Amino acid sequence: MSSSHPAWTERLEGVRPPRRHEGLLEVIGATPLVRLRSVTRDLADGVEVWVKMESMNPGGSVKDRPARQIIKDALDRGDLGNGKILLDATSGNTGIAYAMIGASLGIPVHLVMPENVSPQRKEIVEVYGAKIVYSDPMEGSDGAIRLARKLVEEDEEGLYYYADQYHNPSNPRAHQLTTAPEIWAQTGGRVTHFVASTGTSGTVMGTGRGLRERSSTVRIVGSQPADAFHGLEGLKHMPSSLKPGIYKEDELDEIRWIETEDGWDMAETLAKEEGIACGNSAGANVVAALEVARELTEGVVVTVICDHADRYFGE
Amino acid sequence: MTVQVRIPTPLRKFTAGQEEVAVEGATVGEALMNLTESHPELKSKIFSDDGAVRRFVNIFANDEDIRFQEKLETPLSEGDLVSIVPAIAGGRS
Repeated sequence: MSSSHPAWTERLEGVRPPRRHEGLLEVIGATPLVRLRSVTRDLADGVEVWVKMESMNPGGSVKDRPARQIIKDALDRGDLGNGKILLDATSGNTGIAYAMIGASLGIPVHLVMPENVSPQRKEIVEVYGAKIVYSDPMEGSDGAIRLARKLVEEDEEGLYYYADQYHNPSNPRAHQLTTAPEIWAQTGGRVTHFVASTGTSGTVMGTGRGLRERSSTVRIVGSQPADAFHGLEGLKHMPSSLKPGIYKEDELDEIRWIETEDGWDMAETLAKEEGIACGNSAGANVVAALEVARELTEGVVVTVICDHADRYFGE
Repeated sequence: MTVQVRIPTPLRKFTAGQEEVAVEGATVGEALMNLTESHPELKSKIFSDDGAVRRFVNIFANDEDIRFQEKLETPLSEGDLVSIVPAIAGGRS
């Protein structure tokens, strides 16, 4: 069978060696980098846009990387282990990653979530045996953070290890150590722009640092919801939010502001035109990446598909 | 009749910090229209240009999503509670 469609590459035939792993934690990372072929039609010939398929991690999202690093570093320091409970505030994907990794290592996990997260999210977390503590849905992810802090303050017996993904340097470090070198290798050192939306900001901060270690010219672009009142799950409008301690705005070359509806529409377009069914925050990432790409005559722009659309089905 | 509308944290800057605003309205649509008349900056946050509720905004009447009731026509009684909840929320410290 032959086709002139650019997605139909000659490399589809032939066997690529499947990976084998000694344990689940090894499966995290080493995700594929895929070139977008349809939504990029209007770009200059010398401009490429590639997406890192973080949805293909075993927990289904980019958050497997920081969760693994946070748990590993805490175990190395002795902050976890001996039955201590990992506690954190999470709107979903990080919680799923903690729950999965916690299950595989025998570490108990308690998660604070706004009560309006989808029933499906609650079920995924609970299937791994994690416990959910609900916070006020009107107060969003910041309400979950405040409740987690209160639980830690009142924890006189020292039951909890507070993972605090918003302030934990292991979060960006995960991306500096793994995501960045992968992108560098997968683009053959050709990457010119890395674009990612900010929730905890771990992805853009850590990947940015890792790429800058390898390139003095790479540009690091953050993107955010255009308004405090938005529907881009997992993302933060920084000017109106509790600012994550790991967020260093001066390390970004620029910031793009994304409307909720544009992110939602792009997620739909990616499914229909690229065959990549992803969540809305990935849609926002691609909106920002295409904005950047449209201003170039030459360049290799990389962004992230944070998770798969099926995580949001049934909401 | 008078109902209470609960305002999510990121929109309270348009209601002088009020968590709840009392408005008149026999339906959810009427209550929200009166709310956006008294607080015009809320209009573009809640409604799109065609007058529909923006896709990512969920409206609850007495803890029940109006999409599963009669949408903006959902009837209200004296003292009912209408909540505006984003599909998710950023929040304000």
